[in-house]
Amino acid sequence: MGSYVPSTEEQRREMLKAIGLTDYRELYRDVPENMILNRPLDLPEGKSEMEVRNAMAALAAKNTVFSTVLRGAGAYDHYIPSIVKYIPAKEEFLTAYTPYQAEISQGVLQSIFEYQTMIAELTGMDASNASVYDGATAAAEAAAMCRDRKRRVTLISATAHPDVINTVRTYCYGTNDELVVVPAKDGKTDAEALKALLNDGVASFYVQQPNFYGVFEDADALGEIVHAAGAMFVMGCNPIALAIMKTPRNSGADVAVGEGQPLGMPIGFGGPYLGFMATTMKNIRKLPGRIVGETTDHDGNKAYVLSLQAREQHIRREKASSNICSNEALCALTAGLYMATMGPDGMAEAANQSMAKAHYLEKALTAIPGVKLRYDHPFFHEFLLDMPKYKEIELTLAAKGILSGLPYEDGMLWCVTEKASKATLDLVVSVVKEVLA
Amino acid sequence: MKLIFEKSVKGRKCDILPKCDVEAVALPEGLAREVAPRLPEMSETDVSRHYTELNKQVHGVNCGFYPLGSCTMKYNPRIDEEAAAMEGFTNIHPLAPKSSVRGALEVLDTLRADLCEITGMDGMTFQPAAGAHGEFTGVLLIKQYHDSHNDTKRTKIIVPDSAHGTNPATAAMCGYQVVNIPSTPDGCVDLNALRAVLGEDTAGLMLTNPNTVGIFDENILEITKLVHEAGGLCYYDGANTNAIMGVVRPGDMGFDCIHLNLHKTFATPHGGGGPGAGAVGCKEFLKPFLPHSALMEKPGRLQVRGFMGNFLVCVRALAYVMTLGREGIPEAATNAVLNANYLMQKIKGTFTPAFDRICMHEFVLDLSGYEKETGVSALDVAKSLIDYGMHPPTMYFPLIVHEALMLEPTETESIETLDWAADVFRKLYALGKTDPEFMHNAPHHTPIGRPDEVKAARSPIVRYDFA
Repeated sequence: MGSYVPSTEEQRREMLKAIGLTDYRELYRDVPENMILNRPLDLPEGKSEMEVRNAMAALAAKNTVFSTVLRGAGAYDHYIPSIVKYIPAKEEFLTAYTPYQAEISQGVLQSIFEYQTMIAELTGMDASNASVYDGATAAAEAAAMCRDRKRRVTLISATAHPDVINTVRTYCYGTNDELVVVPAKDGKTDAEALKALLNDGVASFYVQQPNFYGVFEDADALGEIVHAAGAMFVMGCNPIALAIMKTPRNSGADVAVGEGQPLGMPIGFGGPYLGFMATTMKNIRKLPGRIVGETTDHDGNKAYVLSLQAREQHIRREKASSNICSNEALCALTAGLYMATMGPDGMAEAANQSMAKAHYLEKALTAIPGVKLRYDHPFFHEFLLDMPKYKEIELTLAAKGILSGLPYEDGMLWCVTEKASKATLDLVVSVVKEVLA
Repeated sequence: MKLIFEKSVKGRKCDILPKCDVEAVALPEGLAREVAPRLPEMSETDVSRHYTELNKQVHGVNCGFYPLGSCTMKYNPRIDEEAAAMEGFTNIHPLAPKSSVRGALEVLDTLRADLCEITGMDGMTFQPAAGAHGEFTGVLLIKQYHDSHNDTKRTKIIVPDSAHGTNPATAAMCGYQVVNIPSTPDGCVDLNALRAVLGEDTAGLMLTNPNTVGIFDENILEITKLVHEAGGLCYYDGANTNAIMGVVRPGDMGFDCIHLNLHKTFATPHGGGGPGAGAVGCKEFLKPFLPHSALMEKPGRLQVRGFMGNFLVCVRALAYVMTLGREGIPEAATNAVLNANYLMQKIKGTFTPAFDRICMHEFVLDLSGYEKETGVSALDVAKSLIDYGMHPPTMYFPLIVHEALMLEPTETESIETLDWAADVFRKLYALGKTDPEFMHNAPHHTPIGRPDEVKAARSPIVRYDFA
């Protein structure tokens, strides 16, 4: 049996004696007898470290690690620099708790302050929080922060990620607020439909940019429509794309959120990921979650602290706007570290290469008879193709160690990042040609 | 410590990506960024040095004693980290064909089965990313259940006043009115107060047991029975599971749904405030309401985040449960309780435990008397501990004890550490009586002194100013 209890049997007896007890059972004497589990747990025996390592390795070996991943849809396989994997593994960063004691946590607090600054820079906003659980919950929290007594309805574009829509729907169900999905038209938000759905009961409208199909939305125009109706404009953004794209701030967004996973986190079967949230100074006190602020100590030294806590659950309890108590600190550290390692040029490179390679693949695939781009609009690094025999294509490519685009709405949603080589993309094209011949 | 932006040098970079091997493509007209983001420009040496400098000003449980009550700061085993870094777990896409991720699915199935056995539950979701997120998910199960019976008059959730702030905040997020009931002097549920508020409008009760002062509420079966008789459901806040795992099961206490903090009880690292995982378990009848990812699992259910949850955290938890196994789980709990009682016993005679009785995995010291006598507050004592290399215990929680310090040593501390810790408390107890001023100004040996939190809130500076 594996154990992390250092005390020996003898020491445990000594400790029991010091408390005035003779048996372990007496430690639980306040627990009614009929509630004590009177049988061993139905679990396997504990294992030594070597056995655990082998067992976990055996489980890992049952998963296919594809050499090239051409599937996105909310989880993006970008190149992670070595140092970005190494630093968050340092035991201090890894095993620390939430930085309540500022005097011994300046390392964590400063790393979050730096992360907040970088997110503000990427989004063009004034203030970012310390992160929330993921992009989907960030969208839900943004919807909540935009509500007031009169404006309660949340609008969300049908072109958003299905999990984001469903998460926002769930949070709305919780607070008994209405969610309305604005229909899409030809792979983009239907602006006319949006206009018709806005009224003075609507709190906010959320659009993903680029959207779930990879298509660029007319964010500025949508923002104008939303503001004209007195509602708030929330944009869900791709942080890699933001290195080269117009900021949500400049597109008129009141709140910018998104999935931070592309910033140095592995695809990891869906988590842990990172939700970022940024807004203008005007809305800062509505932001949920932890925020790190700068101050001084009594000697005038610069110091970082968890701040604006009057918004939060431990102060306001049932009056808090959100129950969120923590953040994804280590992921925020990872994101800041990724952005520092890549720098503005490196991130622009990742974005530009992803876009270039995606277009290369799209052009080559749509040259094949029978293959068509479903929504003929400019896109970033994802695109939806009408593609016959997509199941067979998925299988054939998988046998070659390549994870194809995602079968979706009777087509295939492809994603290319900077990791994919031209040679691999050419191979994909030749395989598709062969299957469809 | 300089900020990373202050160390940035224009033109410095790391050489990470190869040249693009396909033709470049431009963004459509009007979509290009006008000004590049002011991210740091650094060499790899610079990055390494900066984060090393930051890392030196962080205190982790693997580095020293961390008796933070209610947080279960137990040692984070390295083998769990090794497992979570395996390529077969990190490099798999959540939407890959199920046949290509059989190992991942087995990790989740095995962990689910193990945790259900430990807690006495029948079903479980790993979607919640944290305890509070788990609470939200659990209370949503209750809400869906009542809605499925068209039982719309159930508008209230009962929460004891000793509860963690997330409990009432969660109830509000689920559209419920919060009914606070007072605790008995020993932090337990006042049965009469409970009876008085139960009725047709009761949706449920949120409770943790042992409670937030580290005492096991022996009336728990009566409590859950009363709530059930009123037609409500019982939710277990699993933050204190480390006291009882393998010894008592929330499912046997009458709870219908629970959350577990994998980053507390199951030793996954806290990471400075996340990522964690707040696994939510439930009895059979609530399984139809468990959340599922629309895209990854099945549409038609609610979901509380994207995809299925913090998978790599689950990997760590599975490695931990595999290590401890059938005997190790209750051994951990029993020794957590033993260590807490031992430490409390050794401190007794100086600071006063709030409750002079056998505690569970944590105990509370009540410094209100000491503060009246010396002027030294719980905050002063906490800050003074820092100078001795100990992370302070939880301060001023739960709200029902004044000048509270809550200590939870966990089972992974040795008797030597506990003896040393008790000795430090003894020293400070004496110091407060002879030199309270010194303690008002603690800590003395840290890079910064006490920060001005009022100033931080009044004039928020939440990002670096490049100007």
